[in-house]
Amino acid sequence: MKFDLLSIGKAFLANFGLARIIILAFFIFLCIMAVVFQLDVAELLTSSLVRIGMWGVLVLAMLPAIRSGIGPNFGVSLGILCGLIGALTALEMAFRLRETVQFSGGVLFLLAILISIPFAVITGVFYGWLLNRVKGSEMMIATYVGFSMVSIMKIAWLFLPYTSPEMAWPIGRGVRVQISLAGRGITRLLNNFLSFNIGDVVVPTGLLLFFALMCFLVWLFMRSKTGVAMHAAGDNPRFSEAAGINVNRSRMIGTTLSTVLGAIGILVYAQSYGFVQLYEGPMFMPFVAVAAVLIGGASVKKATITHVVIGTALFLGIQVVAIPVANAFTTEWASMGEISRKIIQNGVILYALTQAGGE
Amino acid sequence: MLTPNSIPEEKVKLSNKQIIIKFLTNNMVTIMFIVLGLAGFFIAGMNPFLFLFDIVARMSRNSFLVLSLIIPVVAGMGLNFSIVLGAMAGQALLIFVTHWGITGLPGILLCIVLVTPLSMFLGYLTGKLFNKAKGQEMIAGLILAFFAQGIYELIFLQLVGGIIPMENRVLIMGQGIGVRTTVDLTDGLKYGLDWPGLSWGMPNLLRPTLPWTIIVGVIVLLVGYLAYILFFKGKRASMPKLISAAAVGGFLVYWSVNQIQTASMINMVRIPLLTWFVILALCLFIVFFSKTKLGQDMRSVGQDRHVAAVSGIQVDRVRVIAIMMSMVMASWGHIIFLQNMGAFSTYGSHEQIGLYSVAALLIGGATVTKATIGQALLGVFLFHTLFIVSPSAGRQLFGDAQVGEYFRVFVAYGVIGATLAMHAWRKLLQRKGELGV
Amino acid sequence: MGEPYLLQMKNIGKSYYGTQVLQDINLSLKPGEIHAIVGENGAGKSTLMNILFGMEVIHSTGGYEGEIHVNGKKEEIDSPQKAMEMGIGMVHQEFMLLPNFTITENIKLNRENLKPSFLSRVFGEKTKRLDFPTMNADARKALNKLDIDIEEYVMVAGLPVGYMQLTEIAREIDKTNVKVIVFDEPTAVLAESEAERLLEAMKIIAEEGIAILFITHRLDEVIAISDNITVLRDGKLVATKKAEETDASQLAELMVGRKIEKMVHGEERDFKNEIALKTQNLVVHMPGEKVKGVDLEIKKGEFFGIGGLAGQGKVGVANGIMGLYPGTGQVWINGKPLGLNSPSKSMARGLAYVSEDRRGVGLLLDSSVELNIVITSLQNQDKFLKNYGLLRLMDNKGIHQHALKMIKELDIRCTGPTQLVKRLSGGNQQKVCIARALTMQPDILFVSEPTRGIDVGAKRLVLETLVRLNDELGMTIIMTSSELGELRSVCDRIAIVSEGAIAGILRPGDPDADYGLLMGGKRKRRGA
Repeated sequence: MKFDLLSIGKAFLANFGLARIIILAFFIFLCIMAVVFQLDVAELLTSSLVRIGMWGVLVLAMLPAIRSGIGPNFGVSLGILCGLIGALTALEMAFRLRETVQFSGGVLFLLAILISIPFAVITGVFYGWLLNRVKGSEMMIATYVGFSMVSIMKIAWLFLPYTSPEMAWPIGRGVRVQISLAGRGITRLLNNFLSFNIGDVVVPTGLLLFFALMCFLVWLFMRSKTGVAMHAAGDNPRFSEAAGINVNRSRMIGTTLSTVLGAIGILVYAQSYGFVQLYEGPMFMPFVAVAAVLIGGASVKKATITHVVIGTALFLGIQVVAIPVANAFTTEWASMGEISRKIIQNGVILYALTQAGGE
Repeated sequence: MLTPNSIPEEKVKLSNKQIIIKFLTNNMVTIMFIVLGLAGFFIAGMNPFLFLFDIVARMSRNSFLVLSLIIPVVAGMGLNFSIVLGAMAGQALLIFVTHWGITGLPGILLCIVLVTPLSMFLGYLTGKLFNKAKGQEMIAGLILAFFAQGIYELIFLQLVGGIIPMENRVLIMGQGIGVRTTVDLTDGLKYGLDWPGLSWGMPNLLRPTLPWTIIVGVIVLLVGYLAYILFFKGKRASMPKLISAAAVGGFLVYWSVNQIQTASMINMVRIPLLTWFVILALCLFIVFFSKTKLGQDMRSVGQDRHVAAVSGIQVDRVRVIAIMMSMVMASWGHIIFLQNMGAFSTYGSHEQIGLYSVAALLIGGATVTKATIGQALLGVFLFHTLFIVSPSAGRQLFGDAQVGEYFRVFVAYGVIGATLAMHAWRKLLQRKGELGV
Repeated sequence: MGEPYLLQMKNIGKSYYGTQVLQDINLSLKPGEIHAIVGENGAGKSTLMNILFGMEVIHSTGGYEGEIHVNGKKEEIDSPQKAMEMGIGMVHQEFMLLPNFTITENIKLNRENLKPSFLSRVFGEKTKRLDFPTMNADARKALNKLDIDIEEYVMVAGLPVGYMQLTEIAREIDKTNVKVIVFDEPTAVLAESEAERLLEAMKIIAEEGIAILFITHRLDEVIAISDNITVLRDGKLVATKKAEETDASQLAELMVGRKIEKMVHGEERDFKNEIALKTQNLVVHMPGEKVKGVDLEIKKGEFFGIGGLAGQGKVGVANGIMGLYPGTGQVWINGKPLGLNSPSKSMARGLAYVSEDRRGVGLLLDSSVELNIVITSLQNQDKFLKNYGLLRLMDNKGIHQHALKMIKELDIRCTGPTQLVKRLSGGNQQKVCIARALTMQPDILFVSEPTRGIDVGAKRLVLETLVRLNDELGMTIIMTSSELGELRSVCDRIAIVSEGAIAGILRPGDPDADYGLLMGGKRKRRGA
């Protein structure tokens, strides 16, 4: 009997992975500590829910990328940039047309999504085309394409003709580093939609519903002919060629979808955060999303919607709980939250890389 | 007799035009950056004296780091983004030695001695990790650097002063825990290597001016060459080479003498001779090393792991050694870098080391599979030329220095991205070629 | 006879996980002897060589039986390093060369001559410097022995294959202690003139007193060059002959001869003259299995076999027609031309394929049985899709039902349609592949190596299934297999592919010698 337990334990370890067990244990430890230190559990839960909803779509953007075989999309910052362009353009339109129409927050949000999607599709197709040419090194190249585009957009933000006063610096050139969405009816638009309280916990219904809707749409897509082809192309490209599937096209679709989700994801993020962050802002966001989906149980070759949901909850949950717990422990450990994020985030990516095996 | 009649004649005569085109395509990146650098230089309206002053300093502090990237490339592990770990180790030692109050050259030497085992250990772990992620070494190195940043912050922000006792008003933050965000090396390790005589009141010891360095350098080369011919019976170089070398040497000496006589500003540019000797020693070591058994093993492993393994080379071990060597060099390189800077941001100054060193190497014309000393040094020169000129060029062109600063960061990322993409594409085409497509 | 043996292998046997793959092999080699080992694929040649070479696969699976004697002394060869120490060298089928090294560097790979350096006193052997003059001189000596007029400082990249191979051989003879060199199918990659040079080189080496073990399938080469010949079949030693006492057709018979289990179709069947598939000058660029011009005519309802040795191109035929590897030439399906290089076009014309590479090309290992069964049909025939308003999504119910039907029909042992394919046994995985092909409802079914890597019972079931499909549905089946016995037990006609072309077409009942000769590279004379 003891022997059996041991083998079950081993199988569990092999399936679930040591790194994930450590992270899960850490999360449970943090939660226990939060209770021990008598922290405001309701507030922690509330902000956890908000963070999950904020990041959910961005993490979901990893799914089509992994499924189509390009691996975790380290270059989802391209999608994020498209989303930012959408947001800024929508705000600018509202400003320029202020004499004729007044956009409500909801319209503005939809407008931003609609504007960003064509950008994201075009970017995604080019990006997919590039990734098809660098098979085997997608992760590294995606990372540097992302970095390059973020840094070239830093120059672009200086020159793009946005004139709306909340965006442009009053003197000097370019748009601000951080643009406030206050007074547009867009801040926490989704969060507040149908929001209700359970005890002291505020449930951001709209935000979570939107995330669920996106998951559902992706799930539907994965069940379509194109989605099945994409899944096969990612799982086994040689099989797919033999089954008459255009592997490169499937990868391109996966990349494009990931880019579009990245664009929508940042808009969801921004409306909840209340600010649009430009310049350095999108630089390291992809790593958070990659780490989240990996923590959820995905590998660089396999991912499901369950992985996305679990990973987002776990990783973002840790981030929310870690800081107050560390502060409660000792004020000297103020930086522990950020440090633990760095270690967990990059540790889990490293772990996934070593599990992927060689070339 | 078997004659190689069916060997395709590789050296089919190319027309001059073809030779030029081939040269241009093979050196596209480098040529582009020469053009960019020159254009920037003129647009910015750089003062040549200031430029020279700056580039000498930048080359002497960055070259060693960039050279540390060469060995992993030879061993087929690509661009070693994990040198950031070596930089962290070097920085850690600088903090401790500063705390102990050992200054100047002895302090630097102590750093070097102590950092070596530490960075060897880090290199060993990194090498092991890379062996588990073969083919993804570069992304693993990049992420490892981020991961190590977390550990580094944990140690220096949270543990030092607390669990790791360190009492130092200057270094430690007010509440007694964590190293301050900037560490000033002034009156300590600053210029420990560049100005070895500083703490003994001889600031110009081993710091000759540029013209004098050139004059002495030319004379040493000349004497060395003659000794090589006369006493070691070395081969004589061809006549055209000799003439052009003589012409260049003659011109340099003439120019230098002229500068000394006119007492121009150029005489203010001083060469950190000891640092340059260290860099030269590393270059010589790399050349020597490539001709040793271990160096040959690395070249074999770099070309084809499978073939190397079948012929009995311990592939994984060779790869670990390559990373260990690179890591040790990087830690030394970062100490050289920081003693010249004189102050550093405790939690930031190592972060960009990987990025800028790799970018410099690639700009010099290196690729993922091939890197030479010449490329490394040329790359440092070109990349830092761009660094110096781009803010002022940005201001001249767009009325905004920020543009230039953003541009140079973009260049660093862009050149890495483009080089990696080109390499991956070529590899894919090659694989397709093998399939007979 | 007084001369002592250089190498003796006595009563060598080997089993993998209870399956005996090699039994009672005896082999003796004298200095300067050229000894050929011939046999079909799977006869045990490579296992024998792996044992001699102390390869990891042998020792990680429980070692071998019997004894190996070198120079009359019993030796335990447990690693390639040990084999090398004993003076056993090997010229690999695939080149072990580094293209960006010179010939010298390749010859001396990991055996470089060294001289001390200032570091080597402290850091030891590894920091010694390479002694290039000595290395070059040694390389020159080895090249001269082989009578090769090529500079030792030339880069290997860009050399013709023949020279690459000679470089490999030079590496072996440069090893000072080398006594035995194994040549594993050395002429397989060479053009005819190059192959002749190689045989010359082998003779030169033998004259030096080095013994040669020569593994090949070209029987005429064997007769021409060897002193002695050992024939293996099914892991057993069938005969050891002196070259002058035998000829190619006797060897062929020895190589192939085996009882054929059962003729499924009893009598030769007659087919109407409807041609289901015709090819003309079909060329397929499949690495390792190149097809260099195949002409075939296969009749409707026929069970057609394609046989031949590994690497000769038999597998390439089906892969080319299905569009998996780039090909040229003409193919007609039911009299109408087929465009090559597109799997979907081939499938649209009623072809279906069960790949020889089951795990690589044949399956989505991480997906369910049902998805594996329907996916080709779903992608190419738009079946198993259902309209939900604007969306067309997978028809779960239909897929499930179809999978259940297939599982029942083909007797696929699994916990249910949703089980992951990677958890199934080899035989059941093969059935899933067949189920997928059948879901396409093809007119012509290509099956490659259907019984590779599956156990005996499952083999039978798979073959019976194919025969049933052929009998009951009248499906034209083209089966490619390395196992002649299997082909002869189920096929109406069997084409033997050799060097990328059809060497001849035989009936299952034709004599063993005919099969052996065709496989050994001798073309069937016209009209025979």
